[in-house]
Amino acid sequence: MDLALAPETLARWQFGITTVYHFLFVPLTISLAALTAGLQTAWVRTNKEKYLRATKFWGKLFLINIAMGVVTGIVQEFQFGMNWSDYSRFVGDIFGAPLAFEALIAFFFESTFIGLWIFGWDKLPKKIHLACIWMVSIGTIASAYFILAANSWMQHPVGYKINAQRGRAELTDFWLVLTQNTTLNQVFHTLSAAFLTGGAFMVGIAAYHLARKRHIAEMKTSLRLGLITVVIAGMLTALSGDTLGKVMFKQQPMKMAAAEALWDGEDSAPFSVFAYGDVEKGRNTVAIEIPGLLSFLADNDFSSHVPGINDINKAEQARFGPGDYRPMIPTTYWSFRWMIGFGMSSFLLGLVGLWLTRKKFWLAPALRTGEDEVPHLALFKNKALNPKLARVYWLLALWTLAFPLIANSWGWIFTEMGRQPWAVYGVLQTRHAVSPGVSQGEVITSMSIFTALYAILAVIEVKLLVKYIKAGPPELTEDDLNPPTRIGGDDADRPMAFSY
Amino acid sequence: MELHDVWFVLIAVLWIGYFFLEGFDFGVGILTKLLARDRTEKRVLINTIGPVWDGNEVWLLTAGGATFAAFPEWYATLFSGFYLPLLIILLCLIVRGVAFEYRAKRPEENWQRNWEHALFWTSLIPAFLWGVAFGNIVRGVKIDKNFEYVGNFWDLLNPYALLGGLVTLTLFTFHGAVFAALKTVGDIRTRARSLALKLGLVTAVAALGFLIWTQTNHGDGWSLAAMLVAVVALLAAIGANQIGREGWAFAFSGVTIVAAVAMLFLTLFPNVMPSTLNPAWSLTVTNASSSPYTLKIMTWCAGIATPLVLLYQSWTYWVFRKRIGTQHIAEPAH
Repeated sequence: MDLALAPETLARWQFGITTVYHFLFVPLTISLAALTAGLQTAWVRTNKEKYLRATKFWGKLFLINIAMGVVTGIVQEFQFGMNWSDYSRFVGDIFGAPLAFEALIAFFFESTFIGLWIFGWDKLPKKIHLACIWMVSIGTIASAYFILAANSWMQHPVGYKINAQRGRAELTDFWLVLTQNTTLNQVFHTLSAAFLTGGAFMVGIAAYHLARKRHIAEMKTSLRLGLITVVIAGMLTALSGDTLGKVMFKQQPMKMAAAEALWDGEDSAPFSVFAYGDVEKGRNTVAIEIPGLLSFLADNDFSSHVPGINDINKAEQARFGPGDYRPMIPTTYWSFRWMIGFGMSSFLLGLVGLWLTRKKFWLAPALRTGEDEVPHLALFKNKALNPKLARVYWLLALWTLAFPLIANSWGWIFTEMGRQPWAVYGVLQTRHAVSPGVSQGEVITSMSIFTALYAILAVIEVKLLVKYIKAGPPELTEDDLNPPTRIGGDDADRPMAFSY
Repeated sequence: MELHDVWFVLIAVLWIGYFFLEGFDFGVGILTKLLARDRTEKRVLINTIGPVWDGNEVWLLTAGGATFAAFPEWYATLFSGFYLPLLIILLCLIVRGVAFEYRAKRPEENWQRNWEHALFWTSLIPAFLWGVAFGNIVRGVKIDKNFEYVGNFWDLLNPYALLGGLVTLTLFTFHGAVFAALKTVGDIRTRARSLALKLGLVTAVAALGFLIWTQTNHGDGWSLAAMLVAVVALLAAIGANQIGREGWAFAFSGVTIVAAVAMLFLTLFPNVMPSTLNPAWSLTVTNASSSPYTLKIMTWCAGIATPLVLLYQSWTYWVFRKRIGTQHIAEPAH
């Protein structure tokens, strides 16, 4: 059969499409839940109306996102059985457990409390209602943790043995699966990237309104909250990316050699800035490099030996039998670069923004602004940016809103494509993981329908987001400010304060 | 009782929970077309399940995840074998979830009407297909010696399974009508009650046929007992609805679902998915299950998490126990 239409290839495409699509919503959901919870906490503590308006504004955007995150997540869970049944048979004993934990512990929690939060504004006492959104936030994070534990096991299988009689892998140490360094580093990296995503989203939208001098009080707060989130999360993302990279160098040397297009092992290996190579011949034709940096990144030592693609391929052939153990080098190489490039650009812009909008006492008195004025953007203590440059800053903040989302997608493409040809590194190859009983036609059908549906929903979702972003924070009513909280009872025929 | 038997029971419980809970929210989704007279009434119906449908749906995700972890072979055969029906169910659940959240996000009547159409069909189709799927599981399907499903899509559309689909469809709609009567006030409540009677009678006919067919081909003493409970509860639900005891009617329609699904699992045990080609190729609780270690860990998790889930989900139902009517819908917020 033509390789391009082989069920394995199609199943991989479908998995890739649904995963990348699902992961557009997940990081925003995780970060916006926590940021909304933070704003609502500020409202409950200070009673300042701007916090309530900001809570309702970001909460709405959060809900539009989580709806898509939830429904695309169902597809993720069912796909293992539908398209990867041999995978499920072989590793279900291990891989199924964190998924079941996720559903039982995290997902029930999240989905129940989100219903309470959406409909509970006038039903629950203020503090209990606030607790609900924090519960949602905890749920999203716990959910990410269990899923990443499962994924990390595919990157670096631990705590299992092969049962030859049943022809499958069996769990021997669940605690190890939950706490191995791959899991912890991946959780740290993914969560910090999620907050970078939400922070940049907040900054971009706040900049949009501030540039138009609208909803100033709420957007000023949101801008600062977003910028601080971007900067802290950006630093943590870089830091965790570095430690995750070191772990991967040890556990998946092929992935990291491919990420660097390092064909042959070197002492004092260079970091590749740009490379163009010939996969067949196994070498680069063009390469711009920083000497020694790769060795340092891999091992904290500029002169360490780093094995190359060709060496590792030979070693794996010796270990696992004949075959090609190289992932797609160009995809791996470029996805790694786009991930870092987009993520770090966003972080740097956040850093600049944080400096430009710094607080009062850093600025000359003439530049200080009140609650309802657009902040002066000041490069120096007593000199504001000229209006043209300020306009560029607001636009730049808006345009880079999606940078971390792009970085996230490339990050997943890198980490999953770099693991190929393995589904479970060193244990099960992807071509042995597909469902043997599912036909080419069935996968083509499902893939085309999912892709078309996702495209339509993406348009609807973006239009809705734009509508609610443009509308800005809602006007508050007396009921919003002092909700007459009654649990149940049917004493009044007043319309419900907040619902779909 | 070994751990894999415990997990068979737990998975049965998860499916029972799913059909009990999402059963009525599927039903309410279907009723938005049959019962509601205008947009405001549609909105009332949607709001009766608004705070809870998401939590209800997680029962399905948990049933799926738990099957993956406790019976990987069952999960693999079932999900790859029923590929196209599951695809349709997934598409429905995607559109349905989005429909709830997005319907009121724009004021245009057209926009809302489209999502209402979507809500109706995406509630109706899965309500039917789940019955078809379970009918096939109980009846047995073409499974070869490698536990692969070797039948095709059309094999799944046999009369027994289709009748099963009709039963879940009518039963869930009845359950939804009873729930709507319990959760609303005013005119819509009265109409929900009279529609529930008609739906109840149709359900009774379909269910009686399906359950007797099941009992004749696959049943034993235990399944007979479950069947009798289901039938009596269904009649009691219809009766309670007639005399206006809405709480009781809902409890009884719930018991009907519990008993009927329990009956299906009782006829299944110790198989989890029988093969029609050769009984030796059937998936059973032993040959489909995970290792004792995994089952032990999962048992701990379920033992601690399930009571908590029941606790906070019940609390949600308590918080939103108030009946709602058209007067609770703010005009601009359709």
